[in-house]
Amino acid sequence: MTFETVKQVRVRYVALIGNPNCGKTTLFNALTGLRQKVGNYPGVTVEKKEGRLTLAGNSEATLLDLPGTYSLNATSPDEKIATDILLGRAEHTQRPDVVVCVVDASNIERNLYLVSQILDRQIPVVVALNMIDVAEEAGIEVDVKMLERELGVPVVATIANKGIGINELKESIANAQSRTAQKRPWSMPALVEEECGELVGLLQQYHKLNENSAFDEALTLLTSPEALEEHRDRFAPELLAHVQKDHERLDFMGIDRQSVVVEARYEWIKSVCGKAVTQAQTSALSTSDKLDRVFTHRIWGFVIFVGLMALIFQTIFTWATVPMDLIGEGFDSIGNHIHEVMPAGDLRDLLINGGLAGVAAVVTFLPQILFLFLFLGLLEDTGYMARAAFIMDRLMSKVGLHGKSFIPMLSSFACAIPGIMATRTIESPKDRLVTMLVSPLVSCSARLPVYALLIAAFIPHDHVLGFLSLPALTLLSMYLLGLVMALSMAWLFKKTLLRGAAPLFIMELPPYKLPSLKSVLLQMWERSKLFLKNAGTIILGVSIILWFLATYPRVEGVTPAEQLQHSFVGKAGQLIEPVIKPLGFDWKIGIGIIASLLQREVFVSTMGTIYNIQNSDDESGSLSLQQQMRNDIDPETGLPVWTALTAICVMVYYVLAMQCMSTLAVLKRETNSWKWPLFQLGYMTALAYVVTFVVYRVGLLWGFGV
Amino acid sequence: MNEVTLSTLTPGERGTIARITTKTSSVRQRLMEMGLTKGTAIELIRYAPMGDPIEVRVKGYRLSLRKLEAETVLVHKEPS
Repeated sequence: MTFETVKQVRVRYVALIGNPNCGKTTLFNALTGLRQKVGNYPGVTVEKKEGRLTLAGNSEATLLDLPGTYSLNATSPDEKIATDILLGRAEHTQRPDVVVCVVDASNIERNLYLVSQILDRQIPVVVALNMIDVAEEAGIEVDVKMLERELGVPVVATIANKGIGINELKESIANAQSRTAQKRPWSMPALVEEECGELVGLLQQYHKLNENSAFDEALTLLTSPEALEEHRDRFAPELLAHVQKDHERLDFMGIDRQSVVVEARYEWIKSVCGKAVTQAQTSALSTSDKLDRVFTHRIWGFVIFVGLMALIFQTIFTWATVPMDLIGEGFDSIGNHIHEVMPAGDLRDLLINGGLAGVAAVVTFLPQILFLFLFLGLLEDTGYMARAAFIMDRLMSKVGLHGKSFIPMLSSFACAIPGIMATRTIESPKDRLVTMLVSPLVSCSARLPVYALLIAAFIPHDHVLGFLSLPALTLLSMYLLGLVMALSMAWLFKKTLLRGAAPLFIMELPPYKLPSLKSVLLQMWERSKLFLKNAGTIILGVSIILWFLATYPRVEGVTPAEQLQHSFVGKAGQLIEPVIKPLGFDWKIGIGIIASLLQREVFVSTMGTIYNIQNSDDESGSLSLQQQMRNDIDPETGLPVWTALTAICVMVYYVLAMQCMSTLAVLKRETNSWKWPLFQLGYMTALAYVVTFVVYRVGLLWGFGV
Repeated sequence: MNEVTLSTLTPGERGTIARITTKTSSVRQRLMEMGLTKGTAIELIRYAPMGDPIEVRVKGYRLSLRKLEAETVLVHKEPS
């Protein structure tokens, strides 16, 4: 066997491709070390990861980590990107000089399917036969030399997480040669081959395609049920007429056109594996099987799942508050320091209340993001994530979502930002978008201070049915309202705006394995960096703008409350009063809503300022704030501004309204456009307005308004 | 041999795939590409705790799919 040498490729750009779960990311890390950068492909939400690769003789190349894909018949945007780049059809990314196709040795048959597609394209390719240790454990022996001969391309055995085979792989990449005119190793039934050959000839004649592209198009035209419809404008009518006849002929002969190619490839793979792979008959259950008996058990499966979710929830909801408080205190002391050393004035004010407050708002999210991505990374890397989706799919499918949407929504109880970032594990772009759109409806921890203040001030400490405390019941209702609305809106979006095929739940359950700490930590680092860089700048900007609007125009010699009233924010609060009046809100609440745009809990400190309370954060301050709010009388009507109904309406509004610029910033970063953040802002605010209005009117009818 | 849908197998039952009848061509394509081609051996491993989806073993790996899709996969059931 010789690899027909035509020319030595000067290797500058290398692409890594492979099935999901084949250890591609670990191999990418092993090849590039820490020299990588993450971005997005233009116009899509697919992540682009590139790294530097040092080959023999110190020549440098760029390594591109393509999205994991099972096939080059693109169905999802991820797979389409991979295919387009591989075929040199992508405008944003050059065609790679060499492709490294990662094959999971323990799952070799299905992994070779993608290899068979890549071989058709005559691209210089090296096969990295990864996880050979896992394969050996499962009694699978692969004859690398034989496999190399059968495939006709270099094969290098690797164990990426132990760094084995990496140097050999680099050498193979550097020496990869362009193969041309290699005979296609697999074949279809004679009749199909004949039609395909004719079509290749016609495509070359009518459309001047080269042989490889012509073969590719011919296969699609012959076998895809929709090809004629979809490509009507691309091909000459004579050619399409020919294809139509081919279809009729093949159908008449009883040939299943769609399955014929897939079957032909798998037939070939079977013969390759027959020669190169020996599978020892193991009757014993593998460790993974034993684990699955527990993890997906009817009862234990749930117990473990709930336990793990509780742990994650606990961590991001309470434990993350320890470093968050420390960060907060740190920023406070920096603020105090600036306060001492700088002369009083607008610049000092801007630094402390605008800039520093913005930076603090950004950085305090970090512990939650880090913790969540530590867990997500571990769950994903061990293989448990697929089981979690397996367990929860039934429930999520009721609202038209995928099992994988569960964890992002759960995370959103802590904070929608890590929740939205966690949707990256959802492959279907529509499902991912729906999950991102509804996750902020789930009550996050920033709403809790608002609920706490209003419940303490206005909900009587009575009991319902003798044992349920009314304040606790109110709090629970707010959380449930958010959850029910999130699920309902998901259902609605899936029925209307983002209608499409029901999410395809055809998911591999990879064997359990020990997580690679390096990969997990690297992912945590990348996510945090992306968050700080992209969302961080927007949050900081909003903070400074809000500071400006709450400070200017300056009025001399007035109390902070009067100053706030005279500021742009104060004027805006008064301006929107007619709009929010139907909800039972006055201009003071309007100011609170506008000031909450940075973070919802700012509502509490804004109320403190309005009611002239120092330290509304601590207990005595909070008590006097509650007192002030209860005593506030509307000068026009002589009635109290706040009633229990007002408090409930404000809470309902806070459950449903999109008030968090940070979330919008992250959504912008994740969807790569302002379209969806604006849509989210619009629909959530409209929803909040309508529901609050209904609650207020019904409450008034029932006589709760006094 | 006895042709049944994949969704009617009970855990531990095996068969070979006869054909996939779903009208949605992208689903059919994906199922076949994942290895569910004619003549392939398949075993039902378990149902998810809530009864759906199912887990099968095919071509030496584990795959889960919903009953809705499994109903369109016809298998020749192996007598147990």
